[in-house]
Amino acid sequence: MLTVETIAQWMNGWTKDIKANKGYLNELDSVIGDGDHGSNLARGADAIEAALLTAPDDVPSTFKAVAMAIVSKVGGASGALYGTAFLEMYKESQRTTDMVKILDKAMKAMEKRGDSKPGEKTMLDVWEPVVKAAKRGNVTPIVIDDAVESTKDMKATKGRASYVGEKSIGHLDPGAVSSGYLFHNLFEVGLVG
Amino acid sequence: MTLGIVIVSHVAGLAAGVKTLVEQGAADVAITTAGGTDEGEIGTSVAKINAAIESNTADEVLAFYDLGSAKMNLSMAIEMSPKPVHLYDVALVEGAYTAGALLQAGVDLATVQEQLSQLKIK
Repeated sequence: MLTVETIAQWMNGWTKDIKANKGYLNELDSVIGDGDHGSNLARGADAIEAALLTAPDDVPSTFKAVAMAIVSKVGGASGALYGTAFLEMYKESQRTTDMVKILDKAMKAMEKRGDSKPGEKTMLDVWEPVVKAAKRGNVTPIVIDDAVESTKDMKATKGRASYVGEKSIGHLDPGAVSSGYLFHNLFEVGLVG
Repeated sequence: MTLGIVIVSHVAGLAAGVKTLVEQGAADVAITTAGGTDEGEIGTSVAKINAAIESNTADEVLAFYDLGSAKMNLSMAIEMSPKPVHLYDVALVEGAYTAGALLQAGVDLATVQEQLSQLKIK
């Protein structure tokens, strides 16, 4: 069930994964981008943990606290995209407690923010199949991993990686990997299945 | 109604440099900048962009940026700002310079936009 506690558990799992894989995310990003995805997100992870140390009052304010931590600390495309996603979760969670609906809205807001669609080697290539599976109630760790892996053979047409064009093929998208961590933890706390 | 310019870059020095260049032809136009992250590293910051919009003395601003993620943070800042902001997907240096020179000459917004449309690159 969507509560302040389950969101906090979800976020703590995600921030732990981000910090444990900070170097790996930087490495992935240095091949096709500007090499700071891990460091940027790790800064955000610290800010998220700090923001949730004192439990927020309700579900929307929990999402808002996460969004503000990301927006103010992460920077770059990943800060804007994850920040947009959590701001949308803040808005949508005032209307519903259905996590699938909330995720769907968040994804659409990210698409709009980045002027991007699935297939462009971005985090959306993880969001889209996972949200789709969540609608059918069949999210599994394999679905998430397959979505992350699918970015490997794609050619980047959005984001900093698009500047290297063909050379982006053969490398995982770092945003897809960090979104993979996000969804693995969401699955583990039982908010999607 | 007055029009100002906001310059957003991943690098503080780049934003400041573009401002210096634009000012040469636009001495009376309010120009503010947001460059780099809050930590002074390469990147953009919603808070800094917000401050550049709010501290600009003009009633409305024309915003120029360098690379894609600057646009995303700029559009977040715009959503949070009560001040009208016009965002252009044009070459940063040429776009900001053109807008500055035209605003200095007292040209209206529609004409500035018409000129800027020819510099669209992203």
